[in-house]
Amino acid sequence: MWQYIAKRTGHAIFVMWMVATTVFVGLRSVPGGPVRAMLGQEATPQAVARLQADLGLDQPLHVQYVDWLGGMLTGDFGRSITSSEAVGTLIASAAPKTISIAAFGVVLGLAVAIPAGIIGATRRNEPADYTATIGAFVGISMPAFFIGILLAIVFGVHLGWFPVVGYTELSEGVVPWLKSIVLPGIAVGLPYAAGVTRMMRSSLIETLDEQYMRTAVAKGVSSRVQLYKHALQNAMIPVVTIAGIQLALVLGGSVTVEIVFGIQGLGRLLVNSILERNYPVTQMTILLVAGIFVFMNLLVDIAYTAIDPRIRYGGEQS
Amino acid sequence: MSDGAPDFARNEGEFGSGEVPPEYETEETVEEYKTTTQRIVAVLKRDKLALAGAVIVVAFVLTALFAPYVAPHGPEEQFGFMQEPMSQSTGDFDGDGSMETVTHYLGTDDFGYDVLTRIVYGAQISLLVAFATVAFAFTAGTTLGVLAGFYGGWIDTVVMRGVDFIWAFPTIILGVGVIAVMGGLGWMNVVVAIGIAFVDDFARIIRGEVLSIREEEYITAAKAVGMGDGRIMFKEMLPNAVSPLIVQATLMVPFAILGEASLSFLGLGVKPTTPTWGLLIAGGRGFISQAWWISVMPGLAIMAVVLAFNTLGDGLRDAFDLSEGEVN
Repeated sequence: MWQYIAKRTGHAIFVMWMVATTVFVGLRSVPGGPVRAMLGQEATPQAVARLQADLGLDQPLHVQYVDWLGGMLTGDFGRSITSSEAVGTLIASAAPKTISIAAFGVVLGLAVAIPAGIIGATRRNEPADYTATIGAFVGISMPAFFIGILLAIVFGVHLGWFPVVGYTELSEGVVPWLKSIVLPGIAVGLPYAAGVTRMMRSSLIETLDEQYMRTAVAKGVSSRVQLYKHALQNAMIPVVTIAGIQLALVLGGSVTVEIVFGIQGLGRLLVNSILERNYPVTQMTILLVAGIFVFMNLLVDIAYTAIDPRIRYGGEQS
Repeated sequence: MSDGAPDFARNEGEFGSGEVPPEYETEETVEEYKTTTQRIVAVLKRDKLALAGAVIVVAFVLTALFAPYVAPHGPEEQFGFMQEPMSQSTGDFDGDGSMETVTHYLGTDDFGYDVLTRIVYGAQISLLVAFATVAFAFTAGTTLGVLAGFYGGWIDTVVMRGVDFIWAFPTIILGVGVIAVMGGLGWMNVVVAIGIAFVDDFARIIRGEVLSIREEEYITAAKAVGMGDGRIMFKEMLPNAVSPLIVQATLMVPFAILGEASLSFLGLGVKPTTPTWGLLIAGGRGFISQAWWISVMPGLAIMAVVLAFNTLGDGLRDAFDLSEGEVN
């Protein structure tokens, strides 16, 4: 088990290193280089040289690369070009907003999806199943930002229950904070819930058809509840995988949903930095979001050890 | 040997005979070969939901193709600002000197453009980009996957590592990153930006198929008669692995539509003269308290076409008997 965890952690670190290297190389291979792109085609060679020296771009590539990786490991992420604020500060103020929305979305999504999927599988072809299936189908067919706009119109503009614009810090009270993330959280949570519901339903149906489920009945597992518990442990394995992979949907969704609700999170930071050609901010934001995704999936892999005994006892080699 | 004695050597009797007792007889039927097209038609005949999806998809494609004939007005024609759905405008719109009354079925936006007209024209870019995106991912992913599966070894390792790596990015973040590097003006950039995220899905599927086909006898035969690698891969293997790819492509189109809509909603998509659905939604965002229909109507258009593609894709997936783990 420890060997498995170590292997997965190593793989996650390797993927992050590759992501970092690609972002580094990618942004430096922009035609004319990032400085040209930032200053425009009419910039004087002196101005270009000065900014290049400022950013350390006049160094040989391998020196830049080592500096950059070293800076990241020591927490020095460089400075924003437009506001000369430290990139770390900008991200520290934006990240909690995005993470709050995403976390709310995931918790809500799982709280809806797992019961809905179980109901769908155990009451197949009953009205409850149809409702869950159709709901999930509609859920995967709507972009998160559109759900956000619908929610804002109904619950913000017409009912006035929740604010339509802005984010309230957690330090200003739990209730105002919750109120400010409920609508964006639902907007990113629903497509997530839809994907997980579908997986939960089909996985549980498949497990209930397995031979060992019939064996369990034959052995005298009498109550349906016990039977479902038995099935659920096996049915959960692919669901956990999908729940991890679909986090991409939540993270990507919160980037657009933040814009709907005028929240200055990572999404807004990323889009603005791209439009302003503010490369130090762009690369760190991309790295952070990819990093959150890789890290969460590492946690999912480790969670397997809890639900899948084959991994716990070192049987599974994959 | 006397006449009455049983002849054991002839192996007769209840269990001794070479015949299989009727209750153990298995029916051996070789499934009749059907072309991919025949199978798709069969799905549509049987699965009414998939058929409905297909009809809506075709309707949207025709709308996009014949936008100038379908749209009630020109894309740049302006009327009163923020008129409600089903409201009417009266004026001389066709320039023939007489007044006529037109109905804005979906209202008008903050510039006075007819929302239905804008959605019809928006379908052109949204669908074109979505199809091009899937075509790009299909081509790139299939090529990489076939090479990885056929040659194995280091090619396989490199391709599959790359696939793992693409997977590490949420689609939108990858798209935004590519736009950051290439700039987001041309529609080709958007196609690549969203398409890269789907390359891995195609590569994984076709690699799995090739790995199982590689050991088939007809491949050995093809090698024995001296067929070149390229011809074996793309003439012998690919046609036998095409069904899961078609299903995957159908399932990817809605994701591509959503991806394109998200990028253009962020202002990082194609910058055309007539806006895409994502841009239309973004344009109406500031007016949700006065004129909800500006954002909601194009959103419903996205939802309808994505829903239609999803029902069609699901129907095909069930028909080709691919589990959800295998495809998508």
